[in-house]
Amino acid sequence: MGNITLNNVSKSFGATVIIPGIDLTIEDGEFVVFVGPSGCGKSTLLRLIAGLEDTSGGSISIDGRDVTGEAPAKRKLAMVFQSYALYPHMTVGKNIAFPLKMAGEDQATIDKKVGDAARVLNLTNYLDRRPGQLSGGQRQRVAIGRAIVRQPSAFLFDEPLSNLDAALRGTMRLEISELHNQLKTTMIYVTHDQVEAMTMADKIVVLNAGNIEQVGSPMELYKSPKNLFVAGFIGSPKMNLIEGEPAAKHQAHTIGIRPEHLAISKTEGEWKATVGVAEHLGSDTFLHVQSDVGPLTVRGDGEIAARHGDTIYLTPDAAKMHRFGADGLAI
Amino acid sequence: MARAVTNQHKTIVTVAAWIVAFLIFFPILYTIITSFKSETEAIAGFNLIPSGTMESYQEVQSQYNYFKPFMNSVILALGSTLLALLIAVPAAWSMAFSPTRRTKDILMWMLSTKMMPAVAVLFPMYLIFRDLGLLDSRLGLTVMLTMINLPIVVWMLYTYFREIPGEILEAARMDGASLWNEIIYVLTPMAVPGIASTMLLNIILAWNEAFWTIRLTATDAAPLTAFISSFSSPQGLFWAKLSAASTLAIAPILIMGWFSQKQLVRGLTFGAVK
Amino acid sequence: MATRQTQTLARFMLAPSVIMLLVWMVIPLGITLWFSFQQYNPLNPIRDGFIGFDNYVLFYSNPAFLQSILNTLILVGSVLAITVIGGIMLALLLDQPMWGQGVVRILVISPFFVMPPVAALVWKNMIMHPGYGVFADISRFFGLQPVDWFAQYPLFSIILIVAWQWLPFATLILLTSLQSLDGEQKEAAEMDGAGFVSRFIYLTLPHLARGITVVILIQTIFLLAVYAEILVTTNGGPGYASTNLPFLVYQKASLEFKIGQASAGGIIAVILANMVAIFLMRAVGKNLDK
Repeated sequence: MGNITLNNVSKSFGATVIIPGIDLTIEDGEFVVFVGPSGCGKSTLLRLIAGLEDTSGGSISIDGRDVTGEAPAKRKLAMVFQSYALYPHMTVGKNIAFPLKMAGEDQATIDKKVGDAARVLNLTNYLDRRPGQLSGGQRQRVAIGRAIVRQPSAFLFDEPLSNLDAALRGTMRLEISELHNQLKTTMIYVTHDQVEAMTMADKIVVLNAGNIEQVGSPMELYKSPKNLFVAGFIGSPKMNLIEGEPAAKHQAHTIGIRPEHLAISKTEGEWKATVGVAEHLGSDTFLHVQSDVGPLTVRGDGEIAARHGDTIYLTPDAAKMHRFGADGLAI
Repeated sequence: MARAVTNQHKTIVTVAAWIVAFLIFFPILYTIITSFKSETEAIAGFNLIPSGTMESYQEVQSQYNYFKPFMNSVILALGSTLLALLIAVPAAWSMAFSPTRRTKDILMWMLSTKMMPAVAVLFPMYLIFRDLGLLDSRLGLTVMLTMINLPIVVWMLYTYFREIPGEILEAARMDGASLWNEIIYVLTPMAVPGIASTMLLNIILAWNEAFWTIRLTATDAAPLTAFISSFSSPQGLFWAKLSAASTLAIAPILIMGWFSQKQLVRGLTFGAVK
Repeated sequence: MATRQTQTLARFMLAPSVIMLLVWMVIPLGITLWFSFQQYNPLNPIRDGFIGFDNYVLFYSNPAFLQSILNTLILVGSVLAITVIGGIMLALLLDQPMWGQGVVRILVISPFFVMPPVAALVWKNMIMHPGYGVFADISRFFGLQPVDWFAQYPLFSIILIVAWQWLPFATLILLTSLQSLDGEQKEAAEMDGAGFVSRFIYLTLPHLARGITVVILIQTIFLLAVYAEILVTTNGGPGYASTNLPFLVYQKASLEFKIGQASAGGIIAVILANMVAIFLMRAVGKNLDK
């Protein structure tokens, strides 16, 4: 039902090329995350799929039907905006009912569907309130409710959690994932936060300057990044990337090793390092050190006693080391 | 400020402010007071307590048929406002929602037409009005006032329309609304406060316009500005009536003005001050 | 909403305003320009005809014409000085915490909403009248001879009335500007050891610079066109003592029927206004880019 295919889709604004050309297939029921730094074109790509922008080239198909050039309403998609875009002069109930009203449904059906959506999202007590009287999380849910009642082929989320505080973000992340498990509808989710990408996605699309760097499951991208960009983008804290002599020793231009794959010892190891800043999170400790091969970030146990100025020794796990050539691609 | 303001500081400021405010408002206050005096009372010397008689108001109507210029002011103010809205709403709309590279230039050009001094076209306008039979006509003057204030009306509506978040309109489109539905159910309700504010400011500007309303009218279409101007030669037994006429002329606009401070800043500084 | 179908519709929606304003600008202004190079008196058409720049020459050879330009500049300059300085002080006062601030604001902005003929007549008859006015009562209270303001100081009296009307505008704009000054900036300055005067000079005044500029530019446009106040009080007299450029144009056109001279005066008024408009448009343009 929610099968979306992009064929050499490109987009330019005047002389500026945002997206040179993208091929992508999204299977029905997948939770796909578009992730990348600011300006990489992920929101633009989403809006092209939605029909809010015209493509400059290429074609988009939904369930085998070519929808390039079709108006948004006809594509049977629903979108949740970053700022929620609720209608401020309508009550919550009317906001959720609006798409049904536009579709010409009769009042009885509308009431039932709105009631159902409100129940799923815990909004039943707020149906008569205006958006201005709601908290951020509640507004978020109204926006989702408005999208759900349309029973679309796919949901489109444009950085929906950016405007929420950290605690709320965590809760909403779970709720959206839970919603996906319930409805089993295709969801395309845009974010710059790689934690959201890793925790929510079935498939991640990493974008950079309008190009797809890699497509794969979260674990695939984490364990086997195809190039330097993906390696440095996925994973927090970032993967340590080392050039020069230590890399040459492993027949590569650059080697990468994740903070958790460095063994720490007080007495001996391959690289000697001095501790700069020690971040104690309780469950883990992240040490930012200056070593023989340059600055590194190391993950240690929560109980580790290391302070500024301490000397430690690090040994990288050779099996988990990533090697990259001079062109930035994985070897 | 994080620190508590001392009551002493606040008292000094309050006293100073009220004195200044009283001095500034005094001419208006004294006019209102004098309007409730008889003519002999009015020239009897400085007196802040009137007798409260309504005779001056009555005489203003019975001797001078005050109702006519008052209604003319109302018709001109409301008429030019509605006509301006009719022309300006589509214009501001298209500039706010379908901007082109030229939009900013067009907007600035419109504003610049407001800056042209009226005297420069006094004679040509007189000729045109005369030849079209529009002299001393409410229709002619309504069109005139519309033209004068059109740049400000377009400008204000443009700023209000631009404040409507584009995402809400996109959401309506995703929700299946046609262009017409988008306008009726989403855009218009959100634009109504802005349109109302613009109307308020335009009524004030049209009511107080004191050049064309004097130069292009005689008896039929003369609004309050022309009516009051006709009493420019001082006559001793006249002030209570003048005060009554003045109070009636300024009262509606004073009250409207009290509610439109924000609109004033927005409309008359052309966005150069936030 | 910038899709192809809406672009054409947008042009139709914009057309009426643009066309109307274009016609309103070009045709009458063109007629004035044409007449400014003519000798034209509809009551005495014998000597009518093209006379080149003779009408314009009057504006620096004829004392009455020169006086009107001088008066215009004095009027604008004085009102600007009074309203800007007064406006800053009032804005600073109104920005302070006080009781009844809402009412104080309403009282202070009221003069702006009084129509010019009423303002002028109220000041002429109730306040400044040498027989029955409030100023006269005050003078007599102190044993002084009342001043006949409009006879002895005509231009000054006009300046007083116009300044009274525009002070609220300047105050409102500057108060709005003042209130956008970040409270945290003030606190940072205090922590850096700046006293009230230093804070005013180095923090407040630069922040107000933009508001002051806007007030000056916009008020100048409107002050160049002062008319009703003069018509209703002095009629430009005694002699030409309180005649400004707009009033002179009115006199020449409507009273003396010297259309050519009036038209030249009108064009000069347009040039003066444009000089200010250029600066104002730059300020507006900068804001539109944001």
